[in-house]
Amino acid sequence: MPLQHKDLISIRDLSPDEITLILDTAVSMKEVSTRDIKKVPTLRGKTVINLFFEPSTRTRTSFEIAGKRLSADVVNISASTSSVVKGETLEDTGRNLQAMNPDLLVMRHANPGAPKMLADLLPTPVLNAGDGAHEHPTQALLDAFTIRERKEQLQGLTVTIVGDITHSRVARSNIYLLQKMGARVIVSGPRTMVPLFIEELGVSFIPDIREAVKEADVIMMLRIQMERQHESLFPSIREYARFFGLNRNVLQKAKRDVLIMHPGPVNRGVEISPDILNTPYTIILDQVTNGVAVRMALMYLYIGR
Amino acid sequence: MALLIKKGRVIDPASGTDDVLDILIEDGKIKDLQKKITRPKTAGVEQIDAAGLIVVPGLIDMHTHLREPGYEYKETIQTGSWAAAAGGFTTIVCMANTNPVNDNASVTNFILDKAVKEACVNVLPVGSITKELKGELLTEIGELKEAGIVAVSDDGVTVKSAEVMRRGLEYARSFSVPVICHCEESDLAAGGVMNEGVTATYLGMRGIPPLAEEIIIEREIALSAWTGQPVHIAHVSTAGSVRIIREAKARGIMVTAETAPHYFSLTEDAVVSFKTDTKVNPPLRSREDMAAVKAGLQDGTLDVIASDHAPHSTLEKDVEFDNAAFGMIGLETSLPLALALVHDGTLTLSQMVEKYTLNPAKILQIDKGRLCPGADADITLIDIDSEFTVDRDSFRSKSRNCPFHGWHLKGRAVYTIVSGTVAFSLKN
Repeated sequence: MPLQHKDLISIRDLSPDEITLILDTAVSMKEVSTRDIKKVPTLRGKTVINLFFEPSTRTRTSFEIAGKRLSADVVNISASTSSVVKGETLEDTGRNLQAMNPDLLVMRHANPGAPKMLADLLPTPVLNAGDGAHEHPTQALLDAFTIRERKEQLQGLTVTIVGDITHSRVARSNIYLLQKMGARVIVSGPRTMVPLFIEELGVSFIPDIREAVKEADVIMMLRIQMERQHESLFPSIREYARFFGLNRNVLQKAKRDVLIMHPGPVNRGVEISPDILNTPYTIILDQVTNGVAVRMALMYLYIGR
Repeated sequence: MALLIKKGRVIDPASGTDDVLDILIEDGKIKDLQKKITRPKTAGVEQIDAAGLIVVPGLIDMHTHLREPGYEYKETIQTGSWAAAAGGFTTIVCMANTNPVNDNASVTNFILDKAVKEACVNVLPVGSITKELKGELLTEIGELKEAGIVAVSDDGVTVKSAEVMRRGLEYARSFSVPVICHCEESDLAAGGVMNEGVTATYLGMRGIPPLAEEIIIEREIALSAWTGQPVHIAHVSTAGSVRIIREAKARGIMVTAETAPHYFSLTEDAVVSFKTDTKVNPPLRSREDMAAVKAGLQDGTLDVIASDHAPHSTLEKDVEFDNAAFGMIGLETSLPLALALVHDGTLTLSQMVEKYTLNPAKILQIDKGRLCPGADADITLIDIDSEFTVDRDSFRSKSRNCPFHGWHLKGRAVYTIVSGTVAFSLKN
């Protein structure tokens, strides 16, 4: 079964069958990373450009390793946050890269819709590696893969996402993917960080984290950006950690086999208290490992066949 | 030089006329308006067969941005006037947010001189309320009025200080100058790029809440009630705004209001495409807001349809949505979009015509917007059944930022006559 779209911009463009195909493909890709020689020739002769307009360590490295394990030539470009400031427009940057005949663009940008802009403009497939607060589809796919490894299937699960929902592309992509695959999503966090219209996305909003985790099979904690304090979104780190952080007291309200996830990087002691970071509940490093497998699967499915 | 318009259906809300009549124009004025006028024997009398066409007072667009001086690469007084004529407008009112701002008589004089030399329609400038639109110091409204402005407005921004706005209203009242209010609480709107609602939640875009508009409309109405100066509310876009204005009118406050065609033709759903032509301020709102705007037009809460024609080049628009400029052009699509409201029964033809003619003329206190002997021969002929596909590449405007490209519409201007001269005809 081929994928319907040239690009991966939004989870909303994927069908449940396509999501399953990607996750299934990632299972065999994961095996490659356990070998002594971690390389297969699948994408030999293909050029992948990582075009990052926002700083990123984890995602960029994950894409780079994924490409290299498939034998693609991977080029990293870190552009300044605003191409406008530099004088070159995004459109011109895109056309210039296109002129070098790449096979795949992996793009991160601070503005929602920026990857779609290049995707509509260029013949080369574009994978969205995060666009503002819009979407981070590969993160949602690797999260789904990680949940599936532990819980067999997504159908019927309850997933609670806690934190700054408003500014989170991870939250959005996860909401769309989990719902498509039959899971129930609860969001929690201070009202200032949860959009007023969130329930129209089909999720429940429970501000009290102790209530919100009760029925959860999975808890996803989101990273809090410290500078949001200055936007009157929360008064202090201390108060945030106390009322919206995940600690042992909160965890006691949850199911015994609940999984704890985080897209990283973690603010220790803010969204998650340090003593639960190293428990078996916490599968944050599995997410990182699986990120490489899922991105290998995506590269293979988008340009390897 | 004379012109005879034969057998058109004349609709003139000012006199309540809706009848098949002939109109004779001489020396730029309406000479006669009768059931049957015989063509004068004198040489040089041209005739237009208007059978099957609607003949109305020349349309007035009381909210445009012509970008000159300062942004001539987006639009000029000349190209803006061409676009106006093509859209059926004989008079356009241009906002003050040029560079330099129209905050002193020399800029007003420049605009009017340019208009006389290069424009094919009447161009009436708006002066700013405060110097450089900074919201701090009042402009010389007396001298601006002498130079020829028809209203004052800081359109583009709200006068942030309620005290400055109060004094602006009071000072404008000394000269009987109309005040047009751009209503947007800037802190609530800060950083927003589209309506705060379901679509923005899906897209992860920063929202501009309807509240940002409504809170300032409430303020302007309170200031109007206190000072006795009428206020005209520009580009009304939300259900709450319509309700607030309706209630204020019922209380007898001298408030009038306009909306723009995009607020009754498009909703926030259009932004899903990330197409920057859908980025406008105030933003495209929800379906409920759109329905309320239509209801407001229907019951007269909204007096005027104005385009808020806001030309931008590809430099401002072919960029990321967050970084794109607000605004869309509208002169060449305004009338066909309003006619859709006539076709769907929201407005009668006469009601629609009123919102383009009599009402803006009254608000601006200009001697336009009516058809009677002695009046300026500003006349628009409309074919309400002509179907066409919007092609922005055929626009007279210099800019192309139009979200209606490719839309199939019904009804448009076929002749635009300014002071007795044909400024536009569809055939040419």
